[in-house]
Amino acid sequence: MKAEVKKTIEKYGNDKFRLMDILIDIQKENGYIPGEAITQIAEDFEMSEVDVEQTVSFYHFFSQKPTGKYAIFLNNSVVANMMGRAEVAATFMKELGIKFGEVTPDGSAGLFNTSCIGMNDQEPAAIINNRIFTRLTPFRVKEIVRDIREGKDVDEMNVQDWGDGENSSDLIRSVVSNNIRKIGPVLDRDFTAGQAIEKIIKLKPEEVIEEVKKSNMRGRGGAGFPTGLKWEFCRNAPGEKKYIFCNADEGEPGTFKDRVILTERPRLLFEGMVIAGYAVGASEGIVYVRYEYKYLEQHLEKILQQAREANYLGKNILGKKGFNFDIRIQFGAGAYVCGEESALIESAEGKRGEPRDRPPFPVEKGYHDMPTVVNNVETLCSVVKVILKGGEWYKSFGTNESTGTKLLSISGDCKFPGVYEVVWGFSVNDILDMVGAGKEDVQAVQVGGPSGALISPDEFNRTLGYEDLATGGSLIIIGKNRDILSGIVLNFMDFFIDESCGSCSTCRIVPTLMRNKLNKILNARGTQQDIDDLTEWGKILKASRCGLGQTAGNPILSSLKNFPALYEEKIQKNKSFDSGFDLNAAIKESAKATGRIPNF
Amino acid sequence: MSQFVRFTIDGTECMASKGQFIVEAAKENGIYIPTLCNYPGIKPKGGCRICTVRVNGKLMTACTTPVAEGMNIENDVKDIRELRKSIVELLLVEGNHFCPACEKSGNCELQALAYRFQIMVPRFPFQFPIRKVDASNPKIIKDQNRCIQCKRCIRAIKDEKGRSIFAYRKRSSSVEVVVDKKLGKQLTDELAQKAMDVCPVGSILVKEKGFIIPIGERKYDKKPIGSDIENMSVSKI
Repeated sequence: MKAEVKKTIEKYGNDKFRLMDILIDIQKENGYIPGEAITQIAEDFEMSEVDVEQTVSFYHFFSQKPTGKYAIFLNNSVVANMMGRAEVAATFMKELGIKFGEVTPDGSAGLFNTSCIGMNDQEPAAIINNRIFTRLTPFRVKEIVRDIREGKDVDEMNVQDWGDGENSSDLIRSVVSNNIRKIGPVLDRDFTAGQAIEKIIKLKPEEVIEEVKKSNMRGRGGAGFPTGLKWEFCRNAPGEKKYIFCNADEGEPGTFKDRVILTERPRLLFEGMVIAGYAVGASEGIVYVRYEYKYLEQHLEKILQQAREANYLGKNILGKKGFNFDIRIQFGAGAYVCGEESALIESAEGKRGEPRDRPPFPVEKGYHDMPTVVNNVETLCSVVKVILKGGEWYKSFGTNESTGTKLLSISGDCKFPGVYEVVWGFSVNDILDMVGAGKEDVQAVQVGGPSGALISPDEFNRTLGYEDLATGGSLIIIGKNRDILSGIVLNFMDFFIDESCGSCSTCRIVPTLMRNKLNKILNARGTQQDIDDLTEWGKILKASRCGLGQTAGNPILSSLKNFPALYEEKIQKNKSFDSGFDLNAAIKESAKATGRIPNF
Repeated sequence: MSQFVRFTIDGTECMASKGQFIVEAAKENGIYIPTLCNYPGIKPKGGCRICTVRVNGKLMTACTTPVAEGMNIENDVKDIRELRKSIVELLLVEGNHFCPACEKSGNCELQALAYRFQIMVPRFPFQFPIRKVDASNPKIIKDQNRCIQCKRCIRAIKDEKGRSIFAYRKRSSSVEVVVDKKLGKQLTDELAQKAMDVCPVGSILVKEKGFIIPIGERKYDKKPIGSDIENMSVSKI
């Protein structure tokens, strides 16, 4: 063990900032992170063991106990549940003879829950030893368990056809489908690698920034900060080295468009990073990819290698003296909060993914305290098209405040879940028509994932855009027969509770209290006071440090605002207060033991 | 640092050195902003959120935000007072805080803030979590019932090589501050005492010592927390 860990540490240049990579390798090799490994890492890096452990214990995919030869992570997102996860989960438990969170006695398999894995258009889905299994059925689960018993390699366990496009290529070979349903200017294949780089090296970096500013493009991650301005801030910030980060940690339940870009348009993305690097004056780019997409690693590495061979990456790119830029891939290990840019940087430095206090912003002090740009996958892809066709061209799409197009990840109760590229200003009604969801069958649409808004049919005429419904692109369509509170809101609250980094008191405590209150209402013990409390308590979250904390109450707040009747019909009408404490139930056991029946 | 900036807190004209954090700048102007996870001399980490103020209309933590020219800071206003009070209540219900039996009573900042905000009963239901007391360290007791995860000990207590003796474990509501088994054994008396002093509550206690200063004569028994700042002369600058 000692030698093996030492070798892994050396592989990453004895650099403690590469702790994530080191831990990922150890986890992969052993199925868990043994205590001896932690001791060794602590010793080599002159850290305390608890310091190493604080990173290990932060991430969902790191475990300090064995996870089994086959570690099965079954997605438990809302849409997985809609698509029949319950039966799949029950079959796994029955066939393996274990519950979730357990490992079979022979150590062959472990069964775990996991948050949305970016496969909402093909649920129920699971990750088994970094391979993706989609569209699971009880029958399919039995086949998988049989294969596990036979000790088959995960790569041999697939009996389905490989997915479309690159999914069937030698380096991916996954059953994942792209489901690209609508191509727009960004996804358009009118691009060959190197094209935009040829163009920018004839321009000054400032001119590149000017063009991006002209396009009025705003960040596609959800917050909507103007991209050109971000680049300019970073360019002007003092620092001996600068970094470009691509945020490919799409963890918002319901989004999967970045997965499709990483699969089908990685060259476009990498070219966008090179452009950003040139504009900002950075020499290093890092793509922070969520661990769930580990199956794309070899594919992405190959494309990067091709780019290096073509001198789209490397030194003096395409002959431009002094223009050096290279990209590396950094995997996460399962933490939604790492999608927040400063948490992402912390994680890439081998630490817990806790958001930083701002100011200073990453453009001033980011990775290794140097000026850093963090852009979403889609933003960087869009930039390439802006450079090739001009800011004016880009501005011709969309609305005044929201220029260009948006990739939407649409899932839930509709005929055609998948990725759609639409111009901003599309209404929710248009979307329902587009994806094959009859308006009379739709009860609600969750726009922007759990942190976004749950809107009712009254609002389906609202349009997508920063001026109205801002969104990172996740849309979940909720049919008439779904129970919004117990099926959706409760799941979203549990998601936020699990994913809080735990460092802000507000986000660490309030969501749990709100979830408990919701349960009280669902158990028919609620009163009007409980509804009022939910509204008031939700406000406290606004004082949290990051977007996760600030929006962690949204599932309840938004459903309460747009579907108040769902709450009101469940509360006790004649009571102003209910302690939630059932005295009869509490003393049931002792009453039975003593044979005395209390007379209340 | 000789450069000064002007700003207002609740309409009062203030002046401070450029780059100073709002909490410190306010203090120099005789204005108290309650804090809990902040501690003089260690890097701030806006965790408890109690020092939240509204800066030019936006909620920010006063312990991490530097003052800037022309800042309009709202501090002692109704909604922010209410927010701070809620946060103290949240921390009280999150753990198990039984003041009468606690060695830190009277020196506890959480307790002092509860008095300052006149908290009688928290608005939130008590969680009564089941938490452990780690007494395995030879010098200190780490009582998780009372820990408010403020990270002061994590940030302040390091060994001679700069290694952390305390660290977070896990995340979300399962997060806890733990003591390193190996390095903890080498904890000096001095560092153990410092850890106890840095802890705003009674979660870190030095072993075999107790009630040296009797209850009734402790720091916050006589004067409310923050009163020293509020009574300071405003004409300092």
